[in-house]
Amino acid sequence: MLCATSRLLAAREASALPAHPRGRAPAPRSRRRELHFPGHPELPPGDFLVGRFTKPSVPTGRRVILRKGRMPPAAGGGLAGSELRPRRGRCGSQAARAAGRDVATEAATARSPKRPALPSSRRFEAAGRWALLALVTLTSFASRFHRLDQPPHICWDETHFGKMGSYYINRTFFFDVHPPLGKFCAFLGSMLIPLAYLTVLELSRSLSAALLTAALLTFDTGCLTLSQYILLDPILMFFIMAAMLSMVKYNSCANRPFSAPWWFWLSLTGVNLAGALGVKFVGLFIILQVGWNTLSDLWHLFGDLSLSMVTLGKHLTARILCLIVLPLALYIATYAVHFMVLNKSGPGDGFFSSAFQARLSGNNLHNASIPEHLAYGSVITVKNLRMAIGYLHSHRHFYPEGVGARQQQVTTYLHKDYNNLWIIKKHNSNSDPLDPSLPVEFVRHGDIIRLEHKETSRNLHSHYHEAPLTRKHYQVTGYGINGSGDSNDFWRIEVINRKFGNRIKVLRSRIRLIHLITGCVLGSSGKVLPKWGWEQMEVTCTPYLKETLSSIWNVEDHINPKLPNISLEVLQPSFPEIMLESHMVMIRGNNGLKPKDNEFTSKPWHWPINFQGLRFSGANDTDFRVYLLGNPVVWWLNLLSIALYVLSASVFAVAVQRGAHLPVEVEGLSQVLLRGGGQLLFGWMMHYFPFFLMGRVLYFHHYFPAMLFSSMLTGLLWDTLLRLCAWSLASYPLARCVHVLGILSLLLGTAYSFYLFHPLAYGMVGPLAQDPRSPMAGLRWLESWDF
Amino acid sequence: MLGFLQQPVMVTAEVNLNMVALTAVGLLSRLWQLAYPRAVVFDEVYYGQYISFYMKRIFFLDGSGPPFGHMLLALGGYLGGFDGNFLWNRIGAEYSSNVPVWSLRLLPALSGALSVPMAYEIVWELGFSHCAATGAALLLLIENALITQSRLMLLESVLIFFNLLAVLSYLKFCNSQKHRPFSPRWWFWLVLTGVACSCAVGIKYVGVFTYLLVLGVAAVHAWHVIGDQTLSNVRVLCHLLARAAALVVLPVLVYLLFFYIHLLLLCRSGPHDQIMSSAFQASLEGGLARVTQGQPLEVAFGSQVTLKNVFGQPVPCWLHSHQSTYPMIYENGRGSSHQQQVTCYPFKDVNNWWIVKDPGRHQLVVNNPPRPVRHGDVVQLVHGMTTRLLNTHDVAAPLSPHAQEVSCYIDYNISMPPQNLWRLDIVNRESDTDVWKTILSEVRFVHVNTSAILKLSGVPLPDWGFRQLEVVGEKLFRGYHESTVWNVEEHRYGRSQEQKERELELHSPTQVDISRNLSFMARFSELQWRMLTVRSDDSEHKYSSTPLDWVMLDTNIAYWLHPRTSAQIHLLGNVVIWASASLATLVYALLFIWYLLRRRRRVCDLPEDRWLRWVLAGALCAGGWAVNYLPFFLMEKTLFLYHYLPALTFQILLLPVVLEHISDHLCRSQLQRSLFTALVVAWFTSACHVSNMLRPLTYGDRSLSPSELKALRWKDSWDILIRKY
Repeated sequence: MLCATSRLLAAREASALPAHPRGRAPAPRSRRRELHFPGHPELPPGDFLVGRFTKPSVPTGRRVILRKGRMPPAAGGGLAGSELRPRRGRCGSQAARAAGRDVATEAATARSPKRPALPSSRRFEAAGRWALLALVTLTSFASRFHRLDQPPHICWDETHFGKMGSYYINRTFFFDVHPPLGKFCAFLGSMLIPLAYLTVLELSRSLSAALLTAALLTFDTGCLTLSQYILLDPILMFFIMAAMLSMVKYNSCANRPFSAPWWFWLSLTGVNLAGALGVKFVGLFIILQVGWNTLSDLWHLFGDLSLSMVTLGKHLTARILCLIVLPLALYIATYAVHFMVLNKSGPGDGFFSSAFQARLSGNNLHNASIPEHLAYGSVITVKNLRMAIGYLHSHRHFYPEGVGARQQQVTTYLHKDYNNLWIIKKHNSNSDPLDPSLPVEFVRHGDIIRLEHKETSRNLHSHYHEAPLTRKHYQVTGYGINGSGDSNDFWRIEVINRKFGNRIKVLRSRIRLIHLITGCVLGSSGKVLPKWGWEQMEVTCTPYLKETLSSIWNVEDHINPKLPNISLEVLQPSFPEIMLESHMVMIRGNNGLKPKDNEFTSKPWHWPINFQGLRFSGANDTDFRVYLLGNPVVWWLNLLSIALYVLSASVFAVAVQRGAHLPVEVEGLSQVLLRGGGQLLFGWMMHYFPFFLMGRVLYFHHYFPAMLFSSMLTGLLWDTLLRLCAWSLASYPLARCVHVLGILSLLLGTAYSFYLFHPLAYGMVGPLAQDPRSPMAGLRWLESWDF
Repeated sequence: MLGFLQQPVMVTAEVNLNMVALTAVGLLSRLWQLAYPRAVVFDEVYYGQYISFYMKRIFFLDGSGPPFGHMLLALGGYLGGFDGNFLWNRIGAEYSSNVPVWSLRLLPALSGALSVPMAYEIVWELGFSHCAATGAALLLLIENALITQSRLMLLESVLIFFNLLAVLSYLKFCNSQKHRPFSPRWWFWLVLTGVACSCAVGIKYVGVFTYLLVLGVAAVHAWHVIGDQTLSNVRVLCHLLARAAALVVLPVLVYLLFFYIHLLLLCRSGPHDQIMSSAFQASLEGGLARVTQGQPLEVAFGSQVTLKNVFGQPVPCWLHSHQSTYPMIYENGRGSSHQQQVTCYPFKDVNNWWIVKDPGRHQLVVNNPPRPVRHGDVVQLVHGMTTRLLNTHDVAAPLSPHAQEVSCYIDYNISMPPQNLWRLDIVNRESDTDVWKTILSEVRFVHVNTSAILKLSGVPLPDWGFRQLEVVGEKLFRGYHESTVWNVEEHRYGRSQEQKERELELHSPTQVDISRNLSFMARFSELQWRMLTVRSDDSEHKYSSTPLDWVMLDTNIAYWLHPRTSAQIHLLGNVVIWASASLATLVYALLFIWYLLRRRRRVCDLPEDRWLRWVLAGALCAGGWAVNYLPFFLMEKTLFLYHYLPALTFQILLLPVVLEHISDHLCRSQLQRSLFTALVVAWFTSACHVSNMLRPLTYGDRSLSPSELKALRWKDSWDILIRKY
């Protein structure tokens, strides 16, 4: 690959001169030719699609007018400079972009009989660019598919996602903390590299920057490892990169709004956003980035007084349509499919509300018919309204010594179980209300009741003992023998939503149980009890009468032979309700992934410095081991580049602010650095810093989207810096080599480091790295890497 | 020569009577009957204990905020001659006569009172009229929640004072920047900005948000200075350096100074010692310092040591063993090695002693001269009381089955050989030949055969393990984590060859003398780190609330109830002011967006200077509200209504700004203007009226009848205490 590149370079050098337009370049411009990558692409390879669409749409005449009116044509290879020149005049961005197109026009007009050498060299160049892109793609595919079948066993999170794949196949409902799309395949990872390549090419208009980026990503062991397994991350990263690319593309079509490519890229951005969000919620960050970009874009348009309000309205509508409505529709559609496919009851049921479960076939609430209103003697299950808490539960085990009174435990339990059944009784009579001779008596708001646990015949009871985990609440126990207890078993039942009257309606009524003597409210704290409580959740009686969901319950199952049954169909929730509920459950689930006290967890500050990897498979020296760790050379170069970028960008920004007059070449480069690099840096920050605020368990692989942005930034930065370097040394004969040599050495360096570290990704056997006989001996540069 | 006598000596004084009057009423409202109630009110119970610690100069650790706030309150106690003897255990407890209630509450009250004229100054410096400025000050004056909070021994009013001071001095600095940069006045306000910011941060961590806001505004202004091409490069550099020094370096130094004074004052050991490292504890008078005083520094072969886990979560503990063995079969059916248990024990005990043994020799005493143990040496650890050796092997640990069991080896004569060699790994070594030092060295024990690391898993064992904490050999994870790191706390050279003598020796206290000191920076960083990471159990509170409850005052806090009558103090704001301040923020935001969009289309509704003034007022007041309010949505701690007061103060400052803007720019005719003025007067009167109605709940000076109290319960969510007779 590398020698192919250099051959291409040579070929370009030869073709550079003829491509130079009109030959009226003054002295400084001819120097620019040396500075820039020889034979700068008039139409970068990524633009082919655009090019194909656009050529018929814009008449040449208009382009010429544009060129005359606004800006002198940038000379040979000056596209980078003119494309990103600062805005002059009112609608500057258009002008700059128009000037960018200009060169293409020029190239087109230059196709005249005066320059007979041109067509063939152009064709040659175009072919070269395609070849380069193909090469990049091929290399990336080759590296990703090499030894894909090893190891043959399940690695790490594959247990998780593989299991979900099979759920889809069986159409069993399950619950996961991530949205549904994309648990199926895993080879989009290789597409990342061409996407990154094209993005950088579009931002910097420089082949060498794009090539460097592609090399960094191809030779990164971390990206490689991640792409080789059945995980969500390659899919997520694919959508993020695709969204980024299409956003950048549509930015560069901004001078031709409402043209076909413009619509194409805009809507493609929307589609990719939906994809990214559909895979994982981390996709939210790219949405924020695109959103920010769109806002600033609109802001520029808004400041352009030549555009009428109607045009602006069109712009706004187009963006709302493509970036909000379209992705939202797609996202909802994935959910619709998700719910449609998963219509059977499964282990995830308990996380959802009773009404939600009624739509899952196989669930006992599906097509069920139960009595509508609660009466004394009914056997019921009581479910907490807060999600993922479960049913009020008791079992034949006592609270252990030292935890409140030694009475029967009362907990909440997520799964359906006969121990969830309770009988509702009057507080003052023990006569069996199911006796057919007695009239049916409905339970009403404000009644004093007893709840008897059906299996153990003990009453729901509370008293002034502190609860096992939440010390400020009272303990709730099961008490009494055969249903006879004491006055601490009395509860007042209150209905919160009394629009159905004072009776208690199954599923619909939201009820509170208030302990008569202490005045506290029955609730679940959501804390998990230790082993003695079978890791079910704590039930307490809280003296704080705040209305929170955790102290509100509803009746789910209801058995009463004396009452007529009604069908539950009427209670089924609508689609928006389902959407809302499943999102609430997912957010709760995500936040619930809290690290335990002494667990070693990965901290966000570990990530960019490649502090510690993740063991994908195997731990001992006899195992086949795969270790997810970034290629340290690449990662540390990225880290250095971010610092260097901040430094150089602020130097340029201050210089501009001080009103310094930069030479045209430098100004072009500084614009690449500030605009293109700025977007990439913003992307990196958006995909990295939010993790510092997250309370959930974090893993090393969460950094990889940010790492993509940081690698692109590295490619762009080094290319720009080397060009600057070459420009400032232009008086020396060696100067023109500085750029080429620099890029080459970076490429070779990363390739060599990949050669060193490739066993991490492709798997290693043999002794651990401390052992001098190990294949990785001497490569354990940080003590925290445990391979 | 006596020429100066030819002119009369003139003193020209300009006294802004507005300011004087505002200061006077501010003082009156905050200081009136300050010593009433003579009982512990709400969070005074919390701050009070720290004041007592300061008075007794006992070390404490409080995770709620940096020490400056506590120190200010303690200063009040010091001035009042408080001896620290009071049991702060119950809200509502009567103060004993030795507690100088008045002077303890004086500083917060003064800060609250001075905030009133400062509000006036801020609005004036922002470029608005005296009328608006007076309005802002009056609103702060009659805001009931601010009055309540300033009249008690609490920190919010002090925080608000420094927040306002930072903003005010930055504005003054800005305005003198236009006229005479680098004048003494310019320097004074610049430096004061920095100092006020660090004071705000030093009182509560949330002060950092105001600091960042001021820093942000300063950065934008500095960026304009850079762009000002009439200034030379050198002058621009001077401007930047001056700002960096005063707004970044100085605050850091002042913040360090707080800790320096804090540590200087608190020199005695106290109840929170346990949380700190052994080295830190040894720097306090009494406590561990007395125990470890004069221990030999270098650990040698034959040394008797106790090993403390550095992580110390869930509790600080020492490596421990005892006669009992692991049960043959666990509850879940897994088997164990049935060897002697090794645990981590949170109390001092004779069973915490271990002897460092050279694997090559049999003796358990220290040679003369002692042979120090170095990094990389292989050692055996002998349990002092049972003389069994610390051992680990390929048996799953009782509660963490992925790790290896650690035991003291008993030879059952079965095919399970002892594996008791450990390699010493000094984590904080300076060179590879470092000697293992008492207290100072943090070491890991790496098992030679399996390369497992001795680690505290922190899980309490079941009853068979006496609920002590589990210790395991961690095999999978070989990176750095504090739970794998241990340090020697108590140490002496073993002298006795015989087991009986040695047991006696182990029971006797250690002696010999070497003094050691930690540098200030080391103590600061440790203390700061522990303060940030100490976990307060997230307790639910009756009066806790969520940020959404605050904007429209949907909640209150009952601070105090008279033991006999129904006189009571509540943190309860002036509803009219809260609602209109929130409304003003909304109006400001809408107007701002409207103007911004129109300016973008080159329609300038406001002249340039008016626009800039409007933007700056928004950045500081609306921005101040946002930065002091929005972060609470991300916080996981228990939140109370009083957390909103700093944000509210900024919001109130915005209110007259918006009103004046409406009257000047949106009222087109004189008639409209007069109508609007009348409306404003009516609104202000109603605010005064509400404030007056809520006064009994603010000062707690008058006992209201149940019906009056019920009448005051304007919102169902307010909790006003009504006695049942």
